[in-house]
Amino acid sequence: MSAHEEPTAPAPAPASRSRRWMLYAPLGLAAAAGAGFYVMLRGLQTGEYDPRGVPSVLLGRTPPEFSLPPLEAANLPALAATDLRGPLPGPVLVNFWASWCVPCIIEHPQLMRLSREGVPVFGINYKDRAEAGAGFLRQHGNPFRRLGRDEPGRVAIDWGVYGVPETYLVDRQGLVRWRFAGPITPEVLDRDLRPLLRRHA
Amino acid sequence: MIPELGHFALALAVVLAVAQSVLPIIGAARRDARWMGTAGPLAAGQLVSVAVAFGCLLWAFAVNDTTVSNVVANSHSAKPLIYKFSGAWGNHEGSMVLWVLILALCGGAVAGFGRDLPTALKARVIGVLGWVAAGFLLFIIFTSNPFDRVWPPPPDGQGLNPVLQDIGLALHPPMLYLGYVGYAVTFAFAVAALLEGRVDAAWGRWVRPWSLMAWGFLTLGIALGSWWAYYELGWGGYWFWDPVENASLLPWLVGTALLHSAIVVEKRDALKIWTVLLAILAFAMSLLGTFLVRSGVLNSVHAFANDPARGVFILALLMIYVAGAFALFAWRAPRLAPTGIFAPISREGALVLNNLLLCSIAAVVLAGTLWPLFADILTGAKISVGPPFFNTATAPLAIPLVLAMPIGAMMPWKRADAWGALQRLWWAALASLAVGFLYLVALGYPVWPAIGMAMAMWLLAGAAADVADRIALWRRPGQAWQRAKGLPRAAWGAAIAHAGMGVTIAGVAGMGIATDTLVALKPGESTRLAGYEWRLESITDVQGPNYAARRATVTVTRDGAVVTVLSPERRTFQVDRQTTTEAAIHTNALRDLYAVLGEEREEAGVLRLHHNPLAPWIWFGSIIMALGAGLSLSDRRMRVAAPAPKGATAPA
Repeated sequence: MSAHEEPTAPAPAPASRSRRWMLYAPLGLAAAAGAGFYVMLRGLQTGEYDPRGVPSVLLGRTPPEFSLPPLEAANLPALAATDLRGPLPGPVLVNFWASWCVPCIIEHPQLMRLSREGVPVFGINYKDRAEAGAGFLRQHGNPFRRLGRDEPGRVAIDWGVYGVPETYLVDRQGLVRWRFAGPITPEVLDRDLRPLLRRHA
Repeated sequence: MIPELGHFALALAVVLAVAQSVLPIIGAARRDARWMGTAGPLAAGQLVSVAVAFGCLLWAFAVNDTTVSNVVANSHSAKPLIYKFSGAWGNHEGSMVLWVLILALCGGAVAGFGRDLPTALKARVIGVLGWVAAGFLLFIIFTSNPFDRVWPPPPDGQGLNPVLQDIGLALHPPMLYLGYVGYAVTFAFAVAALLEGRVDAAWGRWVRPWSLMAWGFLTLGIALGSWWAYYELGWGGYWFWDPVENASLLPWLVGTALLHSAIVVEKRDALKIWTVLLAILAFAMSLLGTFLVRSGVLNSVHAFANDPARGVFILALLMIYVAGAFALFAWRAPRLAPTGIFAPISREGALVLNNLLLCSIAAVVLAGTLWPLFADILTGAKISVGPPFFNTATAPLAIPLVLAMPIGAMMPWKRADAWGALQRLWWAALASLAVGFLYLVALGYPVWPAIGMAMAMWLLAGAAADVADRIALWRRPGQAWQRAKGLPRAAWGAAIAHAGMGVTIAGVAGMGIATDTLVALKPGESTRLAGYEWRLESITDVQGPNYAARRATVTVTRDGAVVTVLSPERRTFQVDRQTTTEAAIHTNALRDLYAVLGEEREEAGVLRLHHNPLAPWIWFGSIIMALGAGLSLSDRRMRVAAPAPKGATAPA
């Protein structure tokens, strides 16, 4: 711990010609960082770069095989992988949710809005009691066109669900294009989801 | 009407800032005294217009003017007045206005207090500040106008984010911005010096108070943020290596290096190129933080809601200022040849070591913060760099830094003898080893906390040894008091700031042996933690001014005697139905008892209980550090800040 161990101070010496290039190093680093940041900002707009997105192995693939029973009390058709097979008339959203999930309440108005605008939203009720799930839809409204019950949570495992709520976008060919873990807030809707829906329309 | 007045004031400020960024610079280049003379009045005019704009914004929030969309988004009539005001700068647009207001204040201060500054240097500094101000004012007007109207006005605002209704958070941004923006001034000095092609002792003398000011406020700002995270987020931690936290730490690290290297410029006329580079870097790091927080490129609890257009604008500003300054640096720095000679074992040598270590830590933090972003765009891999990386990568750099702090402070300029400095520190070394050893043995061998405690003791005792040595306490105790009074305040400030660092490290080391537990208790049941008995008495409903809460009453006893009654709450705010946890904390300055109420099921409440030894010291130490900076700043030699007459500068 003695000061004798100090590295012999490389005081920025009077710049000799050979070391002149070092003075350009900060500029070079800043320019490289700037270029990188620019790519990120561009990617934010196109959806290629998303700091919040957790990558999904399903991206660019068809969803795994599954067939789920309906939620009886909700009076909706059930959901199976065949319903997501292309060609589809337009992109569809698959939303994993549960009545016990607080963020699901936060994102619910956005799902309702999308559903009113005619975007097909398919729901998968995850690890939930049937009465509780139906009660949730009665209280908050029903945005789903089809609804499957995944009480054991098997299908969620096949999809690689991170937690509820979680939403996937399936394009017209039936390929998963986007995954979002967490509530679809109005910002996420406007910034991420709407551009994607337009792009895959 | 008032919001339009504010908008107009902003536009006027842009015009004045553009004039300020051109006229004085041309004047300095042409040596025209009248053109250079415009610097002061233009800076003052810009200050007045920005202040008027900020006042108008505060007014709109105070009267809850719901025709202003910023008020609608961020305020609500049910908020207490203080949080209406803090709401004005708690959002993106308002905080930018505060940012330029502080920048204008700094410009005004350079103009007002800089009478002894050489006219050309002063004109250039104010001109460069004008560039910065013009860019950010244009940014506000084009992408983030805080005075945008909405029609028809909604009946009331929506912004009642309860997490933000907090005194720590109300003060956190102004403190942080005072720090960030303070580095705009040192940046302006650096660019002015490059334009002039000259860096001398007087320059160093001028940069020092500004870097001290910025550093002191940044220290307080970071400490406030960390304190807020500790008591408000309810996770029981104080630093999470979150990217936004790192973004505030980076300018602090570089600024700390700048603070020390500017001393070398002033006293030894050396390290000039390096100091100029650091001054540019410190501001670059401040701007980088602004960019990261506001552009949306990273994911953080702190990030503002944002759109990419703003990100592109800030990036453009960042590149103009930082890359522009670096280009100027590459071109002009070779002129700044040092004249002073340099011995490695000397105070200046120790300060170089300090700079190397601080900058290495900054490089590690920068790499860890940005790597996930760049890895994503380069390879598409999603990685996260977390506390384990930062802790293991910074510790090997921080330990030698702390070890060298007291030694460096004891070494004289030019030529020192490290052995002599160590001899005067033997008792500090002994004390620190003893404390570390006791800690190790008494607490069951927690290695890192014990090292931390030894480091803390080393800094505290080292600072005491430094002062004792300067006032010759052991050699001539009779005159010690006289000498203590005569000791320059800058010397006291340095010793106090170093000791403050020791106090903070002690707090961190104490948190290293913190314990916590998660229990579900029914009323009447109790649990034990860290020798205390924690008993849940009841959980009741409480009505607050704009929220309803569930409040747990937890009685903490030790050996049968009641220590305190803690009342953690879970609040639900009516307007936006958000829930927050209010941690209950009891401190006796040596430890915190910390309780958080979680969810309730079947009459049982889930409680998270923490015992945090020495936790308050983390923030207490930061206040001491800022006090040290303030004391240094009040040093007569700083205030006068002109080349003093010969003999007036005592060897510090």
